[in-house]
Amino acid sequence: MAEYLLEVRNLQTRFELFRGTVKAVDGVDFTLREGEILGIVGESGGGKSVTGFSLLGLIDPPGRIAAGEVIFRGENLLEKSEEEMRRIRGKEISMIFQDPMTSLNPLQTIGRQIGEMLALHTALSPADRRKRALELLREVGIPNPEDRLENYPHQFSGGMRQRVVIAIALAANPKLIIADEPTTALDVTVQAQILALMENLVRRFGSALILITHDLAVVSEMTDRVAVMYCGRVVEEGPTRELVRHPFHPYTKGLLESIPRLSGERSRRLPQIPGMVPSLFDLPPGCSFAPRCGYATDLCRHEAPRMRAVAPGRKVSCHNPVTGGEEAEAHGR
Amino acid sequence: MLKYLLKRLVQMVVVLFTVSVIVFLVMSFTGDPVLMIVPPTATDAQIAEARTALGLDRPLWVQYGVFLQNLLRGDLGVSYIFKRPALSLIVERMPATLELVFFSVLLSVAVALPCGVYAGARPNSPFSRAVMGGSLLGISLPSFWVGILLIFYFAVEKGLLPSSGRGATAPLFGIPFAFLTWDGFRHIVLPAVTLALGTLAMLIRLIRAQIMEVMRQDFIRFARAKGVSWRSLFFSHALKNALVPVVTVFGMQIGSLIAFATVTETIFAWPGMGKLLVDSINTADRPVIVAYLMIVAAIFVLINFIVDIVYTLIDPRIDLR
Amino acid sequence: MSAKKDGFFRSEFFHNFVRSPGALAGLLIVTFFVVLVTAGPLFTPQNPYDIGSLDLMDAFKPPVWMEGGDGAFLLGTDDQGRDLLSAMVYGSRISLFIGLSVVVLSCVLGTFLGLVAGYFGGRLDSLLMRVVDIQLSFPAMLVALFIMAAFGRGLGKLVTALTIVGWVLYARTVRGSVLVEKKKEYVDAARLIGLSPFPIILRHVLPNILTPLIVIATIHVGTVILTEATLSYLGVGVPVTRPSLGLLVKNGYDVLFSGLWWSSVFPGMFIMLLVFGINLLGDFLRDEFNPRLK
Repeated sequence: MAEYLLEVRNLQTRFELFRGTVKAVDGVDFTLREGEILGIVGESGGGKSVTGFSLLGLIDPPGRIAAGEVIFRGENLLEKSEEEMRRIRGKEISMIFQDPMTSLNPLQTIGRQIGEMLALHTALSPADRRKRALELLREVGIPNPEDRLENYPHQFSGGMRQRVVIAIALAANPKLIIADEPTTALDVTVQAQILALMENLVRRFGSALILITHDLAVVSEMTDRVAVMYCGRVVEEGPTRELVRHPFHPYTKGLLESIPRLSGERSRRLPQIPGMVPSLFDLPPGCSFAPRCGYATDLCRHEAPRMRAVAPGRKVSCHNPVTGGEEAEAHGR
Repeated sequence: MLKYLLKRLVQMVVVLFTVSVIVFLVMSFTGDPVLMIVPPTATDAQIAEARTALGLDRPLWVQYGVFLQNLLRGDLGVSYIFKRPALSLIVERMPATLELVFFSVLLSVAVALPCGVYAGARPNSPFSRAVMGGSLLGISLPSFWVGILLIFYFAVEKGLLPSSGRGATAPLFGIPFAFLTWDGFRHIVLPAVTLALGTLAMLIRLIRAQIMEVMRQDFIRFARAKGVSWRSLFFSHALKNALVPVVTVFGMQIGSLIAFATVTETIFAWPGMGKLLVDSINTADRPVIVAYLMIVAAIFVLINFIVDIVYTLIDPRIDLR
Repeated sequence: MSAKKDGFFRSEFFHNFVRSPGALAGLLIVTFFVVLVTAGPLFTPQNPYDIGSLDLMDAFKPPVWMEGGDGAFLLGTDDQGRDLLSAMVYGSRISLFIGLSVVVLSCVLGTFLGLVAGYFGGRLDSLLMRVVDIQLSFPAMLVALFIMAAFGRGLGKLVTALTIVGWVLYARTVRGSVLVEKKKEYVDAARLIGLSPFPIILRHVLPNILTPLIVIATIHVGTVILTEATLSYLGVGVPVTRPSLGLLVKNGYDVLFSGLWWSSVFPGMFIMLLVFGINLLGDFLRDEFNPRLK
């Protein structure tokens, strides 16, 4: 019955702090098929990273997963014990962190760190593990892997380090890779290379990829489907091509319009979404985006919208989804 | 590597030189040593003669020059009280201090390491909280007072252990050590425990804090995402990273221990360098004081140097080229 | 730290403070000592420095709960007939005075030098940092011991010696903060207009260094009290006429072997209690102000 590799329903992760409770993830729904690349986009602090960590059960106090289901290959991960999750991590689902400078143990050679991954999840002998480690390093494009195995993380550049991290993530051939802002901490020139590498490897090995990023441009190039998040909720979900061409949610529309273009009218000012992201301690009632939305009505300000299908494969969480732009003129903003 | 060593060597010499100047200057303002040497009945003429004999009538910088020259030749002056070279007095007493410090270190590490590691692994357990409270108390204790309490209970009241002195010694490589005899060992217990307490408390807190800090770092979380068990996380990943800076701090502590040994030796009448220093201060035996300071300064500089080298060896991030 | 607008009593700091047994205990102890040294001398049965009020017949009396004890001398007397409790009250005063004055002076001196070194940089900075490094490679107690041994006992000399030893930590912290601020763009901006960035840097640096300085200073008080006690015990600290708690312990030590333990045990206990209270507070402050733990 597994139509989906991963199905997330109403995921809620909260952080209980002195100042109040932060609903970092406040009812997130999305789906993912085998081998699919899903982009999760949103502003910083919008709950994307926390979603990623929640999938793997890596939320520590004062945070906790308050509600929801994470159905992976038919089983709800949130109901599993730590022991069971430990077996899944790295083997079925692995993760790539944002900052390659701090992801690796500075006092261990990368050979050892890759080896650890292989020892945990494969039955290879030490000699075979070494061979496989070399193979992996080659796959991710690190020259002279034989020498590099004995090197320490600080002897690699940022981009190289992230390649090592990717190698580790792929080592046990997981079904799903969660990449949390994998290129944000890297040089712009290196970013494209790393993304291309990831796309290439993931397609070849048949893993699904969740790419978490704030960069909509990246997402539009690389992903099959996109989920747009705002203030801890998914506001729109759909196939990338269509979503980018015809966004339904005003926030998505705003994001797309704010991407600078190389061609077209240059006299026009770059449009921005007015207002600021609200503090997560103090979310507005109703739709969180309402204060900044040009299409907001009284309903929007009082009642939070629910996620619903507005077209085949397209879901939106909005009372007045945008269709072609007529609504914008109708509300005069 | 060689370049680094040379650089450090030069630094060490500069520091020692500076220390010698400071020590010399400060001591030269502390009153007239001539009056210590001559008998109370000396006449003015005899005092003047003694002054000339000691070279104390020459200008300060000349005196320093002489001092430095002698220093480089290994002559650190002659004790006014013992009438023997200060250097040999100190060297004679070094083994006593060294064995005291050694056993204190052994004791501190043996207790602090397991306690600190456990407290770091389970920071909210009752044991951990008890350890933290106890260690906070430990660093608040005046060490001399603890020594007094121990003496009072174990020696005066119960008569179990001796209250002073070093006891019998036996030679090791020709150097007499107390711990090699049962009598000597009984004598070393109380002083070693007294000296160890402060360091022990400090170490436990340091180890615990370091472990807790490391466990919070990104690479631990990443390893967890790899599916590494908690046991492996802690022992293979966190521990080494946590203990590397502890080694450095501890190295510095050894210098502190030598300083605090002066107090411990005084309380227990342990015949080490520290006791010699305190006695010399009370008798205004200037050459011994100066000699002690120079030797101890050299020891500290050496310890710092060794600690730095050890640190570069265990942390692969440090590149000496 | 948060919620300044809600007032101090609703802040996270206050909330955590009243829920921390350590912090509360520490505050209690320190308050006890503060009250003791300000109001104590009014209530003590005797002024232990007043030789005339002493009576040798009272000497060597044990504490009141032991046989031979005297209700007038709650904790017993020493070899001169001095009431131990009174001596301890006056001794605490001295110890606390030294602790506070050394910390204030070290803080001021260290902060000033740190600011200067950080701001002017260059040779001045290198020189200062070398001095700091060299000084830090020697144990503080030994340096203080040396200075006191050379110049003799005395309250002023002791405070000076301990300040000389103590300023380095403040200087290093403040200098670090200044260097961080200097790198920020507003400094370049100010220079471009021809303004001296110094007052602005000061305004930005001060709030940043306030919390670490408070933590350092609190713990430093405890350290100074212990160091002074040790030095006095060795005979190179306070003068005999103004005994601090440490000196009282020493006097007690001399009669310890006759079984007269109270003269050394109780003053020592006081030292321990005072420093423990200070450390409890210092510990709490350090954990509260540590941004990495949040």
